[in-house]
Amino acid sequence: MAETVFAPWDDPEQKPLIRFRNVTKRFGDFTAIDDLTLDIFEQEFFALLGPSGCGKTTMMRMLAGFENPTSGAIELAGQDIAGIPPNKRAVNMMFQSYALFPHLSIWDNIAFGLRRESSDKAAIASRVEEMLKLTRLEKFARRKPHQISGGQRQRVALARSLAKAPKLLLLDEPLGALDAKLREATQFELMDIQEKTGTTFVIVTHDQEEAMTVASRVAVMDEGRVMQVATPQRIYEAPNSSYVADFIGDVTLIEGTARARAQAPEAPNTAVPQSSAPRGPSPNALGVWLHDKVLAPVIGTRTDTQLQLPPPDKSDTTLSVLSRDIPEGGIDIAWSDSQPPLIALDADAALDGAQVTLALRPEKVSISKTRPDGAVNALKGTVIDIAYLGNLSTYHVELAGGVMIKAQTANTRRVSRREITWEDEVWVSWSGTAGVVLST
Amino acid sequence: MRLSPFNVVSLTLGFVFLYLPMLILVIYSFNASKLVTVWAGFSTKWYGELLSNDAFLDAAWVTLQVAVLSSTLATVLGTMAAYVLVRGGRFFGRTLFSGMIYAPLVMPEVITGLSLLLLFIGIGMDRGVLTIVLAHTTFSMCFVSVVVSSRLMTFDQSLEEAALDLGASAFEAFRLVTLPIIAPAVISGWLLAFTLSLDDLVIASFTSGPSATTLPMKIWSSVRLGVSPEINALSTILIGLVTVGVIAASIASKQSALRAKRDEQAAARAQ
Ligand SMILES: Nc1ncnc2c1ncn2[C@@H]1O[C@H](COP(=O)(O)OP(=O)(O)OP(=O)(O)O)[C@@H](O)[C@H]1O
Ligand SMILES: [Mg+2]
Repeated sequence: MAETVFAPWDDPEQKPLIRFRNVTKRFGDFTAIDDLTLDIFEQEFFALLGPSGCGKTTMMRMLAGFENPTSGAIELAGQDIAGIPPNKRAVNMMFQSYALFPHLSIWDNIAFGLRRESSDKAAIASRVEEMLKLTRLEKFARRKPHQISGGQRQRVALARSLAKAPKLLLLDEPLGALDAKLREATQFELMDIQEKTGTTFVIVTHDQEEAMTVASRVAVMDEGRVMQVATPQRIYEAPNSSYVADFIGDVTLIEGTARARAQAPEAPNTAVPQSSAPRGPSPNALGVWLHDKVLAPVIGTRTDTQLQLPPPDKSDTTLSVLSRDIPEGGIDIAWSDSQPPLIALDADAALDGAQVTLALRPEKVSISKTRPDGAVNALKGTVIDIAYLGNLSTYHVELAGGVMIKAQTANTRRVSRREITWEDEVWVSWSGTAGVVLST
Repeated sequence: MRLSPFNVVSLTLGFVFLYLPMLILVIYSFNASKLVTVWAGFSTKWYGELLSNDAFLDAAWVTLQVAVLSSTLATVLGTMAAYVLVRGGRFFGRTLFSGMIYAPLVMPEVITGLSLLLLFIGIGMDRGVLTIVLAHTTFSMCFVSVVVSSRLMTFDQSLEEAALDLGASAFEAFRLVTLPIIAPAVISGWLLAFTLSLDDLVIASFTSGPSATTLPMKIWSSVRLGVSPEINALSTILIGLVTVGVIAASIASKQSALRAKRDEQAAARAQ
């Protein structure tokens, strides 16, 4: 049996659960959401990522029914939801500010939504207990919200929004106040819940790692627009703009001008000028006279045409110029007057002449004390800073032109035995396909 | 810390100024003599007389009815007005309405009383308890609305949104979430309206009829015939009631503060 990959966004047959169609939201003359078109599919775990104030909460609030789009339409399961009040939508939201009811106990907070639609006390009680257990809040059921810690409050808010098992659950920074361990546990809990219940999740987060861990797809937003929507892996490996590359993870961006690398690169020294102007040494008048009078009988008559070496073999020139084996194609990026161009083998040669940015992830850049053999791109620089991240170290290397490059290595040795340290002259190198060439 | 002589003097003077008149009133209410200014020994007979004076008892009953009814009505109307003005979003004339609801606070009572009188005469309403209730509701409603709207302004609206999100109707959200949270403000609005109604003389005089006399009106009219020890006794009872009320309220609020603190400590321990 073939494992079917969950990718409804690639399937044109699939109908999206949520559909934003050219949605614009203005507050006065401020545009919070700018002509946004987006599909979210059933059972997705959809993450919204973006800087503060880019409109993530506003999107959520439009889905929950607290704001109406200024123009455009939002469809839920094929139905335009404009005008449907929040209490009639099968959507629950976990508020960024939690919005727990301060006068009700934790238990009653969680039961609030259940009581609105059913009067079956036993069923409500068992559901509340289940939620308390899930969020590990059993001990606090009788407390009021002001009597528990911030992280516990966050879990109450989560439990309350989960209790009704909604079709669509909106989580506005659900895990911000939790410590690393509990956050990780809750992330897996969320994914588990999502798998079990088949609920569609839309989650807002500032934490990229969180988005990468939990999300089926990630939307990176900026100033009310969606910059890219893709799987976490694609967002990371193939960002479509330098904004996205810069926003997600650590990256070095190098700007330059693209030049297509010829399919069959001509070695520069094969282009010997064929002009008539004599270039080699030629005899003077005395020499000519001597030759004609004395040597001609012995070595034969003199010719005036210059002799040339045959053009060098193509493989010779490639070797002699680049001294290593680089496949053809892709582009060169001229980025510095004093440094060789950078080579991106998988870039589109059509970019020839355009201004481009090469995005390099630190973990794809190696660092060494000597020039590595066979590296397509290798540059010399000085170690300025070393960020020790436990399992990894990131080296900040300054190149001759002042450009900083980040290189990351796994710390397999103890710190004291690390061979590269501050102020060292090093080589940073990366393969011809390690970088992503971005034209915007 | 010891107070300096100057502070002792200031404090004494201040309190004497505030409380001497009341103290004298209380002392003379136990005077055996019928003449207010001549001390003739201790007696509680005026209290007994008071209890058998039907006119005073009737007036007290009317006052209580008016105060409870008008403050309740004013609380309902004032809370509704505050809610609309704070929560109603932008609507045409909102600023004007917000300003207008505060106007009666600074309106001279005589004018309020007179205009209400004209209204009641104009619509041909018999003056009595009902008209006093309506008049008191009119002017105390804006006090309630001021108290409640200042609370609503700091109320986190996302709580209401959360209630709606969880499936509550707008009315349920108000009843189950907003109202319990702003209840202290609503209650203090009610108390304010109640006391305003209790001690109002001017508006009640304009709007009452022969069948309904409130206690302040009764006191005022009997004092015009000369201060009687009975009035002193009545006033002492009122002072006593107010004192007990104030002390009870402060004890209650202290208790609830203590309880909240205990809860918080318990919460801190449990973590
Ligand atoms: N009711 C409102 N009136 C006016 N402007 C608003 C309103 N609500 C939001 N905005 C503006 O819209 C923009 C987007 O706000 P939003 O709350 O969606 O940001 P966000 O992406 O959730 O940010 P954060 O990550 O900080 O929560 C902000 O610039 C904000 O100031
Ligand atoms: Mg937000």
